[in-house]
Amino acid sequence: MTSMLPRIESAGLDGWMVRLFDTIDEANMPWLTALVRRCEASFGDALVDLVPSYTTLLVVFDPLAMAPDDARRRLTALLADLQPDEQREDVGPRELPTWYDPSVGPELERLAERGEMTVEDVIKRHSQIEYRVFALGFAPGFAFMGRVDEHIAGPRLETPRRRVPKGSVAIAERQTSAYPLVSPGGWNLIGRTSAVLFDRHREGFSLLAVGDRVRFVPVSRAEFERLGGDTQGVEASQ
Amino acid sequence: MSDVQSLFEVRRAGPLALLQDAGRFGVRRLGVTQGGPADPHAWAWANRLVGNAWGTTALEVTLGGLELECTGEACIAVCGADLGATLDGETLPLWKSQRVRPGQRVVFAQPVNGLRAYLAVVRGFAAEPVLGSTACVPREGLGGLDGLGRKLEEGDTLSGRRSGATPQTGQQAPEDVRPDYAAMPRLALLPGAQIAEFEGRSLYQAFNTIWRVDDRADRMGVRLRGPQLRCRLGGMISEGIGLGAVQVPPDGQPIALLNDRQTIGGYPRLGALTPLACGRLAQCLPGQEVSLVATSRARAHDEYRRFLASFR
Repeated sequence: MTSMLPRIESAGLDGWMVRLFDTIDEANMPWLTALVRRCEASFGDALVDLVPSYTTLLVVFDPLAMAPDDARRRLTALLADLQPDEQREDVGPRELPTWYDPSVGPELERLAERGEMTVEDVIKRHSQIEYRVFALGFAPGFAFMGRVDEHIAGPRLETPRRRVPKGSVAIAERQTSAYPLVSPGGWNLIGRTSAVLFDRHREGFSLLAVGDRVRFVPVSRAEFERLGGDTQGVEASQ
Repeated sequence: MSDVQSLFEVRRAGPLALLQDAGRFGVRRLGVTQGGPADPHAWAWANRLVGNAWGTTALEVTLGGLELECTGEACIAVCGADLGATLDGETLPLWKSQRVRPGQRVVFAQPVNGLRAYLAVVRGFAAEPVLGSTACVPREGLGGLDGLGRKLEEGDTLSGRRSGATPQTGQQAPEDVRPDYAAMPRLALLPGAQIAEFEGRSLYQAFNTIWRVDDRADRMGVRLRGPQLRCRLGGMISEGIGLGAVQVPPDGQPIALLNDRQTIGGYPRLGALTPLACGRLAQCLPGQEVSLVATSRARAHDEYRRFLASFR
């Protein structure tokens, strides 16, 4: 069980960093999501942004609407009786249909060799775990999820790719993600999801939010294409 | 959209010209950066001189190389860097509102003093907000003229909203709000939570060294060159990064993170530059010297509050 030792630290003249934990743990996330909701309710219009991430919550407020000391006092009060969000049993994990194939996941074979297993084992180990979203960052809608089975936890590429296709499902160390947009990237690509991770026209914009539970669901190429997935290959990593 | 009229045709786009409103807020938890004017002081003055409210979309011109042909009657103001701007070949006065007429040419040549100039028009440039903002962030494909984060290109049309009243021209900013960007800035830094993790000698150096702006400097961040700062912390678990955070990666060369920074990161930080110090740093060219000065929260807050209150 992770222990909560909240501290409130300086983060510029219009921000406070609430540090809840010192280590990465899935059990941190219900505390962070609970604090996000309490801040939204308490700060109202004075709230500018909230950035939850692994162990912390950055709270950014409007310095015209609220003095830093007032913001700090408010956070202290919110932390005093904070209770973690309860997991709703009626809501399952987000499912990301994923086509695992060397043509769209060129590091599948490398991870298999590295872990002394077959490609099928890599796919099984990746898709059988229910992940938790620890943070969003790097690009709009890019979710850092964990924790990946240690046997398939490959290090980042020595030379990042200049162009990782949209939807690419990837592993770096004990984390996994899917690229919402075409971007540069140094993670190991193992497949591709047809899920639209970021959509400016959708309510909420991002498919995934911090604290979400996520599963990658293996699908065939035919199913992937039926769902609108793009089968175009990946450039070489060098 | 009948109240929109074409104001300028872009004849030459230059290296980087971006539409910017105050920035994109409330979506940073989705990994979306804040954007907005790299120098809020000059941007706010440009808007004020043409009677615009805080947050109105203006054009941020970096380095120069931009040539605009006026296609409509407009009242404009250019504030910030002296990029050798001209109107029909005559020097275009900065920090002053003035009228331009169809057929005239506004040209931004190259940096004379400072790096970024802001061109504002009455009622602002027309662009559809994306995720609540017109701020143009090419890396994320958000904002700008097309909503897809494209910087200004040759052939683009900049439009504005037709204004009912005749705009007042000849409005001027007082001399004392016009910075000399060539002077060495003393950048106010609010010490952060990891400050005590830096070695004593490094802390002394941080605040007693003349730093030089590296050529790795853009709207995401500005790297400073100088003595190697050492921190007892290696990498940290990634956490949210505020505007102006000064992070120190293992190579010991600090990076001040600006408007288009990534939303989370895991390097220890000296603290955070104040928003106005960020704006001042954003006017520095590579090779220019800067120093860091520790400030208190009360003082930094008071200064920024007065700035915001005078414009909002």
